[in-house]
Amino acid sequence: MWKVILRRVLIMIPEIILLSILVFLLAKMMPGDPFTGSINPRAGTAEIHHLMRINGLYDPWYQQYWNWIVHLFHGNLGQSYQYHESVANLIGQRAENTLWLSLFTMVLTYLIALPMGMYAGRHEGKLPDTIIRIYTYVTYCIPFFVILVVGLWIFGYVLNWFPTTGSISATASGFSGTILSRFYHMLLPGLLGALFSTVNIVQYLRSEVIDAKRSDYVKTARAKGVPEKAIYRHHIFRNSLLPIAAFGGYSITGLLNGSIFTESIFSYPGMGLLFVNSISYRDYTVITALVLLFGILNLLGTLLSDIILGIVDPRIRIK
Amino acid sequence: MKSLSEQTIDPQELKRLTQEAERQATPSAGKIVWSEFKADRPALIALIIVVCFIVFVTIASFFINVSQMMNTNITAYLNRPLQDGYLLGADTGGRSIMKQLIVGSRNSIGIAIGLTLISSTWGVAWGLISGYYGGFVDWWMQRIYDFMMMLPMTMMIIVLVTIIHNYNAITLTLIFSCFYWLGTSRLIRSRTLAESKKDYVAASITSGTNSWKIIFREIMPNISSLIVVDTTLSFAENIGVETGLSYLGFGLPPKTPSLGTLIANANDPNNITQYWWTWLPAALEIIILCLAISYIGQVIRRSADASQRQAVGK
Repeated sequence: MWKVILRRVLIMIPEIILLSILVFLLAKMMPGDPFTGSINPRAGTAEIHHLMRINGLYDPWYQQYWNWIVHLFHGNLGQSYQYHESVANLIGQRAENTLWLSLFTMVLTYLIALPMGMYAGRHEGKLPDTIIRIYTYVTYCIPFFVILVVGLWIFGYVLNWFPTTGSISATASGFSGTILSRFYHMLLPGLLGALFSTVNIVQYLRSEVIDAKRSDYVKTARAKGVPEKAIYRHHIFRNSLLPIAAFGGYSITGLLNGSIFTESIFSYPGMGLLFVNSISYRDYTVITALVLLFGILNLLGTLLSDIILGIVDPRIRIK
Repeated sequence: MKSLSEQTIDPQELKRLTQEAERQATPSAGKIVWSEFKADRPALIALIIVVCFIVFVTIASFFINVSQMMNTNITAYLNRPLQDGYLLGADTGGRSIMKQLIVGSRNSIGIAIGLTLISSTWGVAWGLISGYYGGFVDWWMQRIYDFMMMLPMTMMIIVLVTIIHNYNAITLTLIFSCFYWLGTSRLIRSRTLAESKKDYVAASITSGTNSWKIIFREIMPNISSLIVVDTTLSFAENIGVETGLSYLGFGLPPKTPSLGTLIANANDPNNITQYWWTWLPAALEIIILCLAISYIGQVIRRSADASQRQAVGK
């Protein structure tokens, strides 16, 4: 198993290098320069050229890339031209918000999906199963951002149940007050995100349960006189738990992709919103750092899932 | 019963036998799908709605002068629906929502169709080649796949859209297509792997058939039902791709109406609270369209799988 993990990690290295080159080149190709608009408006082009030169923006690309990589390994991601702050700090603050929201969404997803999948599998073909199937089908086809906008409108504006912007209210004070306010702000985006991303887990768990119902180990358990409830809870559910956990790693990609929409729509100050803002300000340093970070997180998520699946199913390990 | 001495079959009898054989043979794929639709009334309605809608917006948008429509008309500022002949009201620029909806639907659906065609073709070809050849070719193709999977898709598209200066609907479709073939290729590859191990492929290889012929004339027709199902379902998904990015402001240029830019009206707190008609129709349209198209996809999937058909024996 360790050999497999090691090989899997080694394969990641060229991927990360390739990603960093790609990201860097793309950022270089972006139009505009980061100084116009952020310095004295009367400054002429000469001054901008001067700024570009001292910031090394006229060096050949491989030299700039090398400098960037060297700085990266020193933990220096550069300065944000827009926010006048080090990128590491900037992303650090935002990453915390995104992390909490993503974690919250993921926990809610599992909380909703696990009972549904178990229930649908247990009562296969009956009315609850049909209802759950329709629910997963509807949530699967509707584009995520449309749901967020409509959800924000209904629950945030019309019913006024939830706050519509930000991650914390300005009046929140004290330890518990801060936490409650944060939680309250995450509730609507988290719930919508969770309700609309259960489809994979529910469908997988349902088919697992249906398969397990007819398997020998369940028949044995029944023959021994294990109560039906315990069969589902201790035998079937336990067996499907690890593959289900592996979905967690894969869902990181979806959560990060979704964070761009969720955070823009709810004006939630996380990495997704930071990215969208940085694009409009042409803030290269932030953009490159964020794309690289998201890419690496995707990779780590897939790695995690592959390792879990490798533990569960030895057949996957062979390569 | 005819006696054994009558060895020859008269033409009349032959014709009757042929007809009988045809009746009993497996019906064509098109016939199966059609009978499945006939058995499922809601699916038929969904199909009719989608087809009629696409035809309607395509024809109607020919009669709309887009540049004139997008001009600001201050007298119609935020007209309510049905006021002054504005069927669905007007936005802050006094532009008719109805007309924008029609042209926007045409643009969004057009891009979704283009994206589906390009990405499905590419993904199918990729999956077939990767799955058929296996070994070294497959290994490299899978590494490229892994690399593409790692890329944060939405971010990459936004970055590319910012880099390309004068982009239009076609460049946009091509950019999207770079990323949205991955799912299809994975699905097709795994089916091709299974299919390549079957006897008919081995027989073709032994008799020296050209590899390309085996891939595209023998394996591909055998997995065609999977391809059709996947294409229909990804069409529904692809509607969300362009509209989502246009919503964020990185899709179609601002002067080109799209369902996404219409929903983006909701970004203005005034619009989302008071002037619902500026964005809600577009949102509802996307929801209905996506549901209808995926429902059609489900029906086609069902007809591809004989054990799930509802129209058996009808």
